[in-house]
Amino acid sequence: MAPLEYLRPSDEGAAIALAEADGRACLLAGGTDVVGLLKDGVLAPSRLVDINALPIAGVEIRDGGLSIGALTRLSDVADHPAVRGRFPALAHAVLAAASPQLRNMATVGGSLLQRTRCGYFRDPVTPCNKRAPGTGCSAIDGEHRLHAILGGSDRCIAVHPSDPAVALLALDAVVRTRGSRKERAIPVDDLYLLPGSTPERETLLEHGELIVAVELPATSFAARSCYLKVRERASFEFALVSAAVALDVRGGVIRTARVALGGVAPRPWRARAAEAVLRGSRMTEATIAAAASAAVRDARPREQNAFKVELVRRVLTRVLATAGAGG
Amino acid sequence: MRPTAVGTPVDRADARSKVTGTACYTVDVVLPDLAHAVVVQSTVPTGRIVRIDAAAAERAPGVLGVLSHANTPSLAEVPTFPQGPAGQRRPPLQDDTVNFDGEHLAVVVADTLHHAAQAAALIDVAYDREEAVTTLEAGDELPPSGIFGEAPDSVRGDPEAALARAEVRLDATYTTPTEHHHPLEPGATVAAWDGGRLTLYDSTQWVSGVRDAVAMTLGMATDQVRVVSPFVGGAFGSKAMVWPHVVLAALAARHVGRPVKLVLSRAQMFTSLGYRSPTVQRLSLGARQDGTLTAIVHAVTQQTSVFEEFVAGAGYISRSLYACPNVAVRHRLVRVNAPTPTVMRAPGEAVGSFALESALDELAAQSGVDPVALRLRNFAEDEPQEGLAWSSNALRECYQVGAERFGWERRTTEPRSMREGRHLVGWGMASATYGVHSEAAAARVRICADGRILVTSGTQDLGTGTYTTMVQVAADALGVPVERVTAALGDTDLPPAPHSGGSQTAASVGPAVWSAALDACSKVLALAEQGDSYAEILTRHGIEFVEGRGDARPGASASRFAMRSFGAHFAEVQVDPELGEVRLTRFCGVFGAGRILNPKTARSQMIGGIVGGTGMALTERTVTDRRLGRVVSPNLSGYAVPTHADIPWIDVCFIDEHDPHVNALGVKGIGEVAIVGVAAAIANAVHHATGRRIRDLPITPQTLL
Amino acid sequence: MTRTEITLSVNGCQHTLALDPRVTLLDALREVIGLTGAKKGCDRGECGTCTVLVDGRRVYACLTLAVMHDGATVTTVEGLADGTDLHPLQQAFISRDALQCGFCTPGQILSAIGLLAEGRATSEQEIREFMSGNLCRCGAYPNIVAAIRDVAGAQ
Repeated sequence: MAPLEYLRPSDEGAAIALAEADGRACLLAGGTDVVGLLKDGVLAPSRLVDINALPIAGVEIRDGGLSIGALTRLSDVADHPAVRGRFPALAHAVLAAASPQLRNMATVGGSLLQRTRCGYFRDPVTPCNKRAPGTGCSAIDGEHRLHAILGGSDRCIAVHPSDPAVALLALDAVVRTRGSRKERAIPVDDLYLLPGSTPERETLLEHGELIVAVELPATSFAARSCYLKVRERASFEFALVSAAVALDVRGGVIRTARVALGGVAPRPWRARAAEAVLRGSRMTEATIAAAASAAVRDARPREQNAFKVELVRRVLTRVLATAGAGG
Repeated sequence: MRPTAVGTPVDRADARSKVTGTACYTVDVVLPDLAHAVVVQSTVPTGRIVRIDAAAAERAPGVLGVLSHANTPSLAEVPTFPQGPAGQRRPPLQDDTVNFDGEHLAVVVADTLHHAAQAAALIDVAYDREEAVTTLEAGDELPPSGIFGEAPDSVRGDPEAALARAEVRLDATYTTPTEHHHPLEPGATVAAWDGGRLTLYDSTQWVSGVRDAVAMTLGMATDQVRVVSPFVGGAFGSKAMVWPHVVLAALAARHVGRPVKLVLSRAQMFTSLGYRSPTVQRLSLGARQDGTLTAIVHAVTQQTSVFEEFVAGAGYISRSLYACPNVAVRHRLVRVNAPTPTVMRAPGEAVGSFALESALDELAAQSGVDPVALRLRNFAEDEPQEGLAWSSNALRECYQVGAERFGWERRTTEPRSMREGRHLVGWGMASATYGVHSEAAAARVRICADGRILVTSGTQDLGTGTYTTMVQVAADALGVPVERVTAALGDTDLPPAPHSGGSQTAASVGPAVWSAALDACSKVLALAEQGDSYAEILTRHGIEFVEGRGDARPGASASRFAMRSFGAHFAEVQVDPELGEVRLTRFCGVFGAGRILNPKTARSQMIGGIVGGTGMALTERTVTDRRLGRVVSPNLSGYAVPTHADIPWIDVCFIDEHDPHVNALGVKGIGEVAIVGVAAAIANAVHHATGRRIRDLPITPQTLL
Repeated sequence: MTRTEITLSVNGCQHTLALDPRVTLLDALREVIGLTGAKKGCDRGECGTCTVLVDGRRVYACLTLAVMHDGATVTTVEGLADGTDLHPLQQAFISRDALQCGFCTPGQILSAIGLLAEGRATSEQEIREFMSGNLCRCGAYPNIVAAIRDVAGAQ
């Protein structure tokens, strides 16, 4: 860790100003990812702006939806009756994430901005385009069993590790942000960038731009949503593959569908082709199979992670059947 | 002597200190003026160091000194086990060669841990990199020179001819990955010099081994080195031998003239304390149609480092577990740019049993014989390799009792024939065996005039219950309640004892404690009539205390009897047939391991071995990048050990076994036998659940899709 | 080097510390305050040996900076017993032999206190899932679950 300055502003404007004023500043919320990255030497900010004193924690019911303050701890998200009752995929995803201690520390805003667990990204000794642009991707010809089958590029195939982000994507969540000049409402679906030739750029957020809340709109599909995560260890492990689906089924016909995948892409992955198959169809085995296949039609697996293609199909088959049966 | 403490579930003697946080592990030791050392390791698998630039580190705040090959004195080599106590013969910081990624290249010492870590990151090393061999598959196979004094290859009968004639034949290859011990307390040493005398606090399975190794490396008399290790935060073989960081701590303390604490990071644990070598094991079985074994050929390939040899005898289990007239065992090594491997819980047997006991299950399926019946059919009435009689062997009872407790008779034969909801259910079993080991050990028992008893030995408690069993044995020998007895251990100033490995501690130290207690007792009784209490006698004579000393060494029985512990494992798994997730849902382990000194702590130790075997079966593997020769994700998310959620309730049972030959207490040892066969039992259960025979560990969704 | 001054209440004692902001709560407890009950098993929030309660909630002390907790109340294993009277979980861990090497034990006990406060100890399955942030390499898991059940049942 390089020397750094620690600041703990108590209002949003000050936090944003402090972060914007230093190009190497880093915002610090739950710290569960940032502190590890500092220790690993992956992050070397000159300034840490601790935002934990900002009054942006808590879950509010607003316009029939929910506004979750960015600093709300994951355990409080999962425990909130409205989340459990009306946005079950999010409750499932949060409880499938990390461990109870980490969920007591990590924030909902931070969980959207988790950095990849790619071992090469977290090891400053090895080449990595995301950590050190232009040095090359070690995973492509190296160990990539856990890497992306969708959305990767020849520069980076790291996967986004967050469970909550996958559920938030499926629930049409919107991120409210604040910078010094503007406030924005960014759908989670628009928040993330694909690696392309600039894997070091991961989101639309500008330097110093603060996530202040994550909003869950009232939708016709949120109540019938669920999240399924497959991993090798029974608990406290990142996903091999996960999926969040949300369905609006009326009269036996799927009116609206949301399908999001985790563990397979450099961002929480929206499986629009699967959604298109589902929309307007009846929830039959054939529909489910067609949707599951559509989700991986564009997959680009590599030697060690080809199993994820089939695993995505099976996870989607299971989770769609579960949601179709009533969530 | 009527045993009242031995054999009863006495609470762990050191439990109170552990639940209150007062147990002082090596990482917790604080000394006046303590400085902190951080190790810097190589980042290439082979080559030469062109330059180590320590200037920036030396200028960093709080830094007291930096050691590298440029300023480290010449150190003597220490032979590796069993010739000597070292895990790695090659001493650290001696020249500019790099033999593996993660080799110690420098040590930074500073006034605080924080400063040392900051400065270590500033050390700049430039390498002239060379071509490396980084995988078992990439190198040439060589015959090892020996395996703990035994020949690497052996043949009895004519296995090839028997295979050719066999009614049923099986030929399969099994693989196991690199596994790491990962005790939760990392390797750690605190070194303090007092003139020419050195005291080391070390997290070790062998205080006297550390003393001898460090004295030899530094050219000191052994009586100038004291090693203290009252609590060890887990070991599993990683701390059985002495590794280079220990001497680095001593050198660092001498260099800066202050006591120094050196704690390895979790990432450094992947390259600093050995590991279980990956194995490729080819098993050829021949049998009659009824499952009677006629031939076993077990050929094992493992890896070692490029600069020295370590090999665990993974194939040996095939010589002694079953009656079979024709058996060949072969071991080969490949030299890899990796650290030297070492012992890990049941070295040899843990991985060898995965291959053998999986193959037996395949044979059972092929020949249509129930897996338990198959093993009973091949039960060895005498030890088959040497032809000696067993000192005792409760393996048949283990099968029987295990099958009953588990409900094995309700198992349906066909794979995929048992279900629970959407999950496939599978039941599998395997045998377990591990040799009885013991070495010379000494103990002292002090009877004090106030009635307190102190029992001491320079042994170790790794969480294995040594404190507790020492107390129990001494209490029974003296006929006093355990509350009156206190044990001390983990100090070379105490009577010498061997390393705590090979399940030998209770069998070695127990008899020494027994004999020391009897010696002390006879000294008190020599003072007076029986009938008075020890305290009364000593008080009457104005004596503060008497001390008895006990020395025990392995008896002559070893040459007349074959001595092993045995067991049988029964596993139930549930497999999600679409997603490939395997969860252990029920487990029963039954063991014949001689006298069980403390059924409470022994049960815990068996559960621990079963949990370790579950990790082997389902989650554990170290991933190394084959181009870089470097571990990927060297942490406890990259290397997944079982969590609470992975482990069900576990049924453990000990067969009441009285073995008059093994030693005075009838103790055989339990730590290792617990893990032997567990991975196979689980793999066999997975086969029963799914019809899929997984021969490569670990068994993951990826392998089952 | 800029240092940040903070006050922590640890096991009922007030500590005023001037710290480099990069010092973790775990290092502050172990290296500065001298309470070594919380252990450093991985230093990356992956093993649970550093688990402590901060303002009553269980967290990993290794993955949070001490300066983030100015004014907080911290409970470590050293603060559980009342004189010689053990906390019920400490006694249950002894009775059930829910430990072997003991290195994970302080973290397991603190985590179990958090678990009970969260009301997540209603079944063995729930205890297992919600204790999975605490590894035990010796494999004392079934006994730990039994110890927690004993205490949960008594409450």
